[in-house]
Amino acid sequence: MSLMLLIEQALNGLQYGVMLFLMAAGLTLVFGVMGLINLAHGSLYMIGAFACAAVAAATGNFWLGLAASLAAAAAAGALMELTVIRRLYARDHLDQVLATFALILVFSEGTRWVFGSFPLYLDIPRALAGPVRLPGGIDYPLYRLVLIGVGLSVAAGLFWLIGRTRLGIRIRAGEADREMIGALGVDISRLYTIVFALGAALAGLAGALVGALQSVQVGMGEPVLILAFVVIVIGGIGSIKGALVGAILVGMTDTLGRFLLPIAFSTFMERSQAMSVGAALASMLIYILMALVLVVRPGGLFGRA
Amino acid sequence: MRRETVLNIVLALGLLAVPLAAQAMGEPFIVTLATKVAILALAGVGLNIALGLGGMVSLGHAAFFGIGGYTMAVLAAPVQAYEPLMTWPFELSGTKSMPVIWLAAMVAGALGALAIGALSLRTSGVYFIMITLAFGQMLYYFAISWPAYGGEDGISIYVRNGFPGLNTLDPIQFFALAYGVLMAALMVSWMLARSGFGLALAGARQNPARSAALGIRPYSVKLTAFVISGAMTALAGALFADLNRFVSPSMLNWQTSGEIMVLVILGGVARLFGPVAGAALFILLEHWLGGFSEYWKLFLGLALLGIVLFARGGLIGTLAGREVAHD
Repeated sequence: MSLMLLIEQALNGLQYGVMLFLMAAGLTLVFGVMGLINLAHGSLYMIGAFACAAVAAATGNFWLGLAASLAAAAAAGALMELTVIRRLYARDHLDQVLATFALILVFSEGTRWVFGSFPLYLDIPRALAGPVRLPGGIDYPLYRLVLIGVGLSVAAGLFWLIGRTRLGIRIRAGEADREMIGALGVDISRLYTIVFALGAALAGLAGALVGALQSVQVGMGEPVLILAFVVIVIGGIGSIKGALVGAILVGMTDTLGRFLLPIAFSTFMERSQAMSVGAALASMLIYILMALVLVVRPGGLFGRA
Repeated sequence: MRRETVLNIVLALGLLAVPLAAQAMGEPFIVTLATKVAILALAGVGLNIALGLGGMVSLGHAAFFGIGGYTMAVLAAPVQAYEPLMTWPFELSGTKSMPVIWLAAMVAGALGALAIGALSLRTSGVYFIMITLAFGQMLYYFAISWPAYGGEDGISIYVRNGFPGLNTLDPIQFFALAYGVLMAALMVSWMLARSGFGLALAGARQNPARSAALGIRPYSVKLTAFVISGAMTALAGALFADLNRFVSPSMLNWQTSGEIMVLVILGGVARLFGPVAGAALFILLEHWLGGFSEYWKLFLGLALLGIVLFARGGLIGTLAGREVAHD
C-alpha cells in the first residue's frame, strides 16, 4: 500500500518536473542565445493558461483551447520581443530585470482588467478524464500520465530541433558567436524573434496543460518562473540537457519531500508537530538542493563554466 | 554647489516639510504616507549599497525586509500575549522597545545576508539574480508554512512599539523617528562610499581581476557590503512592520524585492538620494494612479518601461544630469 503511494507520488513528481522543463527550456534557450534574463516568462505561462481557458469555455473544446494557448503565447512572445526585448540585448542585466519586471506588471494587470480577479476553471478533456490502471495495480489519473508523455516528447523534439535541424545549427551558432553568424548571412534579429517565440510557446503550453489541474488566475506564472530559475541554476544556464535533468530533480525532490518528510519526522515527534515541521522544511528543500549544487558546482550540473 | 547636491537638499527638506505642513493642516493620512516614503527609502538606501556601490543585482532583498519585520513580531508578540519569548535554555522575555528591536532586526538581517550572500556570491551576473530571487522565495514559503507566527495570515501587533521619550502612536512623532533613521542611514551610505572600503568596493565592481591583483579579495569586500545592505533593509522592515502594526509573508514576497529595486531605479542607481526620490515618486504614483484606476500597476509598469528604455539614470539622473559617471 505505502509502496504504491510512493510510486504515485514519484509519478506526480515526474509530471511536475516535465512541466517545469517546458518553462525552463524557453528561459535557458533565451539566455543561452540572447544573453537575456526574462522575468516576464511567467506572464507567457499565464497567457497560455488564460487563452486555453477562454477558448475552451467559448467553444467547449479543450483541444481548440490548447491550440489557442500555443498561438497566443507565441504571438505575445513575438510581440514582446519586437517591441521591448530587442532593445535590451545590449543593456546590462539590471535593465533587463527592470524592463521585464515592468512587463509583468503590464501583463498581470492587463489580464486582471480583461478577465477580472476571479480564477477561471479549465476542465480536463473528457477523453483524458478518470484514472487508468498501471501494471502493479496502481490507479493513476490518465491526464497526468498524458502530461508526462507530452513533456517527454516535447523534450525529445527539442533535442532533435537543436541537434539535428538547420534552425538548431543556427541557434547553437548564435550561442557561440553572434557576430560571426551574422557575417555568414544569417538574419540574427529574425532568429532571435523565432527563438523567443518558441520559448514563449513552450511556456504557454505548460500554462494551458497545468491550468487544467489547478485554477487559472493572475499571478500563477511567477511561482513557476522562480522554480524554473532554480531548475536553470541547478542544471546550468544555456543547457537544455541541464534544464531537463534539473527540472526532474526539482519536481521529484519537491513532491517526494512533501510526502516523505512529515512521515520521517513523525517517527520521533508528535504527529501534528511533525506535520508542520515537515511541511515547513519540505517547502525549503529544493532551495537547499540548489545551495548544495552551488557549493559543489557553482556553474550548475551541466554548465560550461 | 553641484546640481545633485542642491537636489538632495531639496529632497531632504521636502520630505520634512510635507508632513509638517500636513500636520498643521490636520491631515494625518499624509503624515503616514510620508512615513511610508521614509521607510521605503530606507529599504532602498540599503539595497543601493549592494546594487549601486557593489554592482550586485539582488532580487531577494525582500528576504531582509521580511526578516526585519518578523524580528519585530517575534519580539513584540510575546509581550502582547503575556508570555515569555523563550523559557529554554534560559528565560527571556520579549520587548516592545524600538531600539532593542532595531538592533535585533539589524543583527538578524546581517546574519541572513551573510548566509545568502556567502552562497550567492560564489556566482555572478545572471546567476546571482536568480539565486537571490530563489533564496528570497525560500523564506517566503517558510513563513507561509510555519504556523507559529500566523502562517499565511501574518500576525498583528496591536500597539505600536515604544521609543524612549516619544509617543510613537502620534503619526508625526513616528514620522520624525523614521526620518531620523533615514537621515542616519543616508549618512552611513555617504561615508561608506567615500571610505577606503567604498573605494575597494567600487574597484571590485568595476574590475574584480584588477582588485584581486592589488591584494583586495572582491568576494570579501562584496560580501561585507551585502551584509551591511541586508542589515539596513532589515531595519526598514522592522519600521515598516511597526508602521502597519502587522507582519505577513507578503513582506517576503518577491514582488516586494521587485518594488524596492524599482524605487531605487526610479530615483537613480548609485545616487545617494536616489531611493528617497524613487520612494516619493512611487508612493505619489500609487496614490495618484490608484485614485482613478484600480489597475494602477498597469500604468506603473508602462511608466517603468519607458524610464528603463528611454530615460536612463532615473529621476535624479534626469534632473541633475549625468555628471557622476558610474562605469
